[in-house]
Amino acid sequence: MSGDQSPRLPERDLPWMMRTYAGHSTAKASNELYRSNLAKGQTGLSVAFDLPTQTGYDPDDELARGEVGKVGVPISHRGDMAALMDGIPLGEMNTSMTINATAAWLLALYIVVAEEQGVPERDLQGTTQNDIIKEFLARGTYAFPPAPSMRLIADMIAYTVEHVPKWNPINICSYHLQEAGATPVQEIAYAMSDAIAVLDAVNERLRRGDEDDVQRRMEQVFGRISFFVNAGVRFVEEHAKLRAMSILWEEIGRERYGVSDPRHLRFRYGVQVNSLGLTEVQPENNVQRIVLEALAVTLGRDARARAIQLPAWNEALGLPRPWDQQWSLRIQQVLAYETDLLEYPDIFAGSKVMEALVAELLQGARAEMAVVAEHGGAVQAVPYMKAALVESHRERIARIEAGEQVVVGQNRFTETERSPLTADAQGGILIVDPAVEAQQTEEVRRWRAERDQRSVDAALAALAEVARDEHAQENLMTVTIAAARAGATTGEWARALREVFGSYRAPTGVGAAAAPPGAEDLNELREEVARLQEQLGRRPKILVGKPGLDGHSNGAEQIAVRARDSGMDVVYEGIRLTPSQIAASALQEGVHVIGLSILSGSHGELIPAVIEALRKAGVDAPVVVGGIIPEQDVAALRKAGVAAVYTPKDFDISRIMREIVTLVSEAAGATHNGAGNGAATGSSGEADSGPADASVAAA
Amino acid sequence: MSADGAALGARLRKRDLTAAPAALNLLESSAAPDRAQSAALLAELSPAALGAEPAGHVIGVTGPPGAGKSTLLSALLGLWRAQGRTAALLAVDPSSRRSGGSLLGDRARIEFDPADAGLLIRSTAAGERLGGLAAPTRAAAHALAAAFDVVVIETVGTGQAETEIAEVADTVAVVVQPGSGDVLQFLKAGIMEIPDVLVVTKADLGPLAGNAARDLGAALRSLGSEIPVLTVSSLSPAHGIEELAAALDEHRAGLDLAERRARARRDGALAEFAAEHGELGLRALGGRPAARALLGEQDPRLDEAALRTQLERRLDERTG
Repeated sequence: MSGDQSPRLPERDLPWMMRTYAGHSTAKASNELYRSNLAKGQTGLSVAFDLPTQTGYDPDDELARGEVGKVGVPISHRGDMAALMDGIPLGEMNTSMTINATAAWLLALYIVVAEEQGVPERDLQGTTQNDIIKEFLARGTYAFPPAPSMRLIADMIAYTVEHVPKWNPINICSYHLQEAGATPVQEIAYAMSDAIAVLDAVNERLRRGDEDDVQRRMEQVFGRISFFVNAGVRFVEEHAKLRAMSILWEEIGRERYGVSDPRHLRFRYGVQVNSLGLTEVQPENNVQRIVLEALAVTLGRDARARAIQLPAWNEALGLPRPWDQQWSLRIQQVLAYETDLLEYPDIFAGSKVMEALVAELLQGARAEMAVVAEHGGAVQAVPYMKAALVESHRERIARIEAGEQVVVGQNRFTETERSPLTADAQGGILIVDPAVEAQQTEEVRRWRAERDQRSVDAALAALAEVARDEHAQENLMTVTIAAARAGATTGEWARALREVFGSYRAPTGVGAAAAPPGAEDLNELREEVARLQEQLGRRPKILVGKPGLDGHSNGAEQIAVRARDSGMDVVYEGIRLTPSQIAASALQEGVHVIGLSILSGSHGELIPAVIEALRKAGVDAPVVVGGIIPEQDVAALRKAGVAAVYTPKDFDISRIMREIVTLVSEAAGATHNGAGNGAATGSSGEADSGPADASVAAA
Repeated sequence: MSADGAALGARLRKRDLTAAPAALNLLESSAAPDRAQSAALLAELSPAALGAEPAGHVIGVTGPPGAGKSTLLSALLGLWRAQGRTAALLAVDPSSRRSGGSLLGDRARIEFDPADAGLLIRSTAAGERLGGLAAPTRAAAHALAAAFDVVVIETVGTGQAETEIAEVADTVAVVVQPGSGDVLQFLKAGIMEIPDVLVVTKADLGPLAGNAARDLGAALRSLGSEIPVLTVSSLSPAHGIEELAAALDEHRAGLDLAERRARARRDGALAEFAAEHGELGLRALGGRPAARALLGEQDPRLDEAALRTQLERRLDERTG
């Protein structure tokens, strides 16, 4: 505070960087969107990539089906990246890319396009998310096993610190942990443990070279690590969480890595506020939720966000339109330019309540970090952390179902007028033109046909050679940039590495989730399941899985856990499944019902494809679908043969379970099946699943 | 309408793998008409009907949670398929005591090609009975061994689990990860029977795995055992997988298969009888030794159900 006792800062603070997480359909369409967002006063870019790009597949890959251009922009090669950034001066722009498994590749494309614009890599500013541990824990868009994934990250950090010094090579994400159900303590502890695992890997990488100045470079690396956090609607505690994180971060820097420069010790973070708490019912209420969450990350100057992107009010309904995103940008602008928020020093300095809250969170977080350390660090502790998150999320849903945690409009104050916001023909959301996929497929094939194949082959061979040597001196980033320059595609780069690193399927965390104490409705449900078992001859068996590339598995996991707690045998098949995999599993497992969860907006293509594959395999079990399914799409899904559709408004999972029991019973009755379910092919079941959350466009 | 058990059995005999899912549905069912069809299915595949033991290699794989069983199996199954061998995996997970339900999560961790007709993965709940593999799992392993080259039963646990799996498998492999001392303790204390092959996973962790393998080897030698202890790394670059497959084959080659299978069926029949009729029933037969003696007198080619019927017939005589 200044000497004249003025409560104000001598000069008003500059606002944080304002972004909108955006991208869809094609590079060209997204470029137009970016330019118009910048014209509206947005100060940085935040690129949303589609799921094939995030997981390393080209638009013509079988796994890309239904997903091209849906939750983000498809970028297959440097030509796409050039179109995406057309007319945007990369030397002046600050670009954040939500990209992880393929982060090295997308940064390489960005560097090559900057080169083409005449901008040297040392001038580039921005962030690649690049946090693979949280992909294993929460988001599911991983591509390679843990060890080589960490190697890619370490190489990339080592490269950028030297050659792209203004780049944030990694954003440690606590954001997705909260979306997956983390408590504030878990969010702090797992994010910090994650950062430690990354820093240790980089440290080892730096020691591999003949570096005398490892310590100096570690200081620089530490200073380049930024965080991507979440903020929920309990905004006072959420603010305390950020203060606790900045204290812990400085402590880790000083004590574990010997960092002393205060600039490097600063806890720098960007934020996207909570999508998990956004509701499909009375979606206008989400606006005030978003405003309050924005306060959590801006109120106190000592722990204020560097960059903010806000979700749109309609994310639980489908993909937001430019107008919806504009509304969220305007929230930021009102906060920064109309209010007096930026005129004061830290307004919580000296607050006993805030101090005590921070101390409580710190104590919990340190204890939880110790548990992760006992497991051998964040990489080894992935199964432990995953199970803990599934368990926290289960508790959260149980509180909402029981009405202990109030969600206005959903479990209380549910009476409502008809909303004019969703009254238009498309239900107030963005619909991606289904023709985009065919168009992108053709484009990538033309690109491959027209480039110099020999130099692409040579570049990919060089990439594979460096990848094969676990202790390679050469940085994977340099060969990646060479492949980008030569004209290789996203799918080719990832395939070359998959061939060397192998592929991987992450732990699911569902097996360890505790069964809840015997709630009454659960007991009734178990009796119904027991009666169904009598009817079927064996315990009702359900297959739960996620077709497509969408890795947001919270909803599917919660359905799986509840089905088990209801007394069913649950085959949890996890994420990233093709229709033929689901059909083969349903047949081999002999399930009575199949539950599919999908949040990426690709249900229109994928669900009918799954049903066709099931029927072709001779599986006639009913199929239930859950996810972010716009109301106007439900009829088409029913027509394709789906028995029931559940969306975020169906938060009562016990009711979903009862309906499934009825469905299976009716299906069995209709075919007079005993347990055998058809001698020739076996049987299978129907499905269901319904994520009680809504995190689709939010990375 | 119940499935035609005899027809399904006949198809499995002819190594028609597409009959397997329906056969498993039938074997798992407790509905009365299905039980009769199940018996018909198994009768088609009894050693007496086949004229020999089913040729498939039944392998039990067990170990504590987190030891890396799923990833190891993913690699092993891939290798067997590459060798042209057909394979079936019965992945057994525990059932919740509170709800009776189960979460069968293995499928999510194992890579498979849906177009590959030579690989079957079936997740199975252990069921409510404490101790022992559920009868349908034993019956399933037996039936599938007539059609597939390799049948794996995977269970979770340390200590007792591998004795249960030994009741049905030709070869038992226990999987442990480096740094877990339990197995060593269990072996020394005699809680765990000595498996046929010991596998230390996560060799990519470096010296830790080698040390663990050496410690286990030393402990086993002090117990007078010379079973192979192998280290493997299942994640790419995988190594040790081919050696493990060879060790499993070698164990099987050294077996008196007819003797081991006959013993497994007798143990299974006894376990089933005990689960159904309890200690009282056993006592009525004159105790476990008398029951074993009775089983020992039977034709060794009888299937498990037929053996159990013999025990129950004796029970009826004694109590009737």
